Amino acid sequence: MEHYLSLFVRSIFIENMALAFFLGMCTFLAISKKIQPALGLGIAVTVVLTITVPANYLIHAYLLKEGALAWAGLPEVDLSFLGLLSYIGVIAAIVQILEMFLDKFVPALYNALGIFLPLITVNCAILGASLFMVERDYNLAESAVYGAGSGVGWALAIVALAGIREKLKYSDIPQGLQGLGITFMAAGLMSLGFMSFGGIDI
Amino acid sequence: MGLRKMLDNLEHHFQEGGRFQKWYALFEVFDTFLYSPASVTKSTAHVRDGVDLKRIMITVWFAAFPAMFYGMYNLGVQSIGVMDAGQGVDSWHRWLIELLGGYDAGNLWHCLWFGAVFFLPIYIVTFLVGIAWEILFAIRRGHEVNEGFFVTSILFALTCPPDIPLWQVALGISFGVVIGKEIFGGTGKNFLNPALTGRAFLYFAYPAQMSGEAVWTAIDGHTGATPLAVAASDGMAALQQQWSWVDSFMGAVPGSIGETSTAAILLGGVLLLLTRIASWRIIAGVMLGMVALSTLFNLIGSDTNPAFAMPWYWHLVTGGFAFGMVFMATDPVSAAMTDTGKWLFGALIGVMTVLIRVVNPAFPEGIMLAILFANLFAPLIDHFVVQANIKRRLARVQ
Repeated sequence: MEHYLSLFVRSIFIENMALAFFLGMCTFLAISKKIQPALGLGIAVTVVLTITVPANYLIHAYLLKEGALAWAGLPEVDLSFLGLLSYIGVIAAIVQILEMFLDKFVPALYNALGIFLPLITVNCAILGASLFMVERDYNLAESAVYGAGSGVGWALAIVALAGIREKLKYSDIPQGLQGLGITFMAAGLMSLGFMSFGGIDI
Repeated sequence: MGLRKMLDNLEHHFQEGGRFQKWYALFEVFDTFLYSPASVTKSTAHVRDGVDLKRIMITVWFAAFPAMFYGMYNLGVQSIGVMDAGQGVDSWHRWLIELLGGYDAGNLWHCLWFGAVFFLPIYIVTFLVGIAWEILFAIRRGHEVNEGFFVTSILFALTCPPDIPLWQVALGISFGVVIGKEIFGGTGKNFLNPALTGRAFLYFAYPAQMSGEAVWTAIDGHTGATPLAVAASDGMAALQQQWSWVDSFMGAVPGSIGETSTAAILLGGVLLLLTRIASWRIIAGVMLGMVALSTLFNLIGSDTNPAFAMPWYWHLVTGGFAFGMVFMATDPVSAAMTDTGKWLFGALIGVMTVLIRVVNPAFPEGIMLAILFANLFAPLIDHFVVQANIKRRLARVQ
């Protein structure tokens, strides 16, 4: 239990997807103008990550890894070169299913998320989490915890950035830096603040 | 009034269409430095108060003086106590020390002068480089040079270790002023504390000169750990063997120049609280958060990590906790604005400080990073407090 808790905390703060690895930057910068949509997108990313990372774990462990097909009588087959393709396919499919599910059963959230939901397919934080899962040899439970933690961490970062950008509306920013420029600067300074967790070993 | 007349005669050169209109910001600095501006609010519906930004900033600057003077004295005591008459000090420093003082650790003036010889160059470099950036931005962007820089400069200089190379001081304050403040439009528009931004930049860029054991006295080659580092590596018993609580409270320990004496800092803090410049809610929040988490860690205990056993009254007097709590966390620009938000903001700082100090082996001190971290979340805290207010009031109407 303690092991999973520390993995969860680590993936939120120490290995924050947005501020330590700078993954998922495009949506991070684009959808952080206001707090409400940022919160919605953060929740959507968390949900998608929590589902796709364990799903990709299953694909990796039982289909792609070297010797994974032993159950089908093919122990010497190594399909790991198909990894990237399969993971992104799984993510796209799951986002599609999630979209249909939300449209049918939770239309309020579906409308609130709007275009962000399909956009999540190409969010590199999602693919990044799956690739980290493979690289670090997580098991099924670990990958579920890791997926949820990275999602929460990313959501926390984008909501905080949205708060800062709402405050920056009252700033007097030089012309050349207005818009994305100052957002990049703010994200960099946020990353400086998140450095406080660097080096914690739990 | 000859000077006033002279300035008035010169003013048209600097105004719209004058020969030196580009330099108006510089003229304005000089003028308002000498005289209070004559312009008053003309429209109605304004709160009238004797306190303006200038007075607030000067008061904070003044409140840092006890910590600064004690810091210089303490630097002298700490350094002279371990040195061999002038060995391990640069020749230009030595020349200055011997010009007006000497190496007698029992002599108040010798200690103070020794500290001043190391602190004043740091402060002067901070001030000159920072003000140059401020004036450059003021001229280019057409806003006024703000007194806020007085505070930024002294807080930045006081958080530097005495051994820091001066070019790093210049680099750090440049980062703090330009990236931390001016690109957002100057005082009041930034979201991080500029002095802390510069300090954190140096901390991560040049860790060898900003932390460790060799930087806390002005003597080359002398190593001496700060109380926090001792507590983190060897535990409370080793700490108490070396320094008593009263030593640490009064400030007779190695550390960054202005942070060692909790007593001197609290003296400044009382002034800030009496004048209502610092928010008592933030200070109380920081204290509460720190006390709560450190007590919790005391109760949990740990066999491998001696820092778990550090009680809250030691957390208060070691490292930069008091300095950060009184001067940095209460920065009205980067802190939360709402009353409830201030409590939460303060508590977040207190909790994060203890968390970094105790749990994170990479950094012995946590208050600087904790405040930066809380600065990031201050706008968000305010947002949710305001939303909750709106919801509550709406419910009352319906």
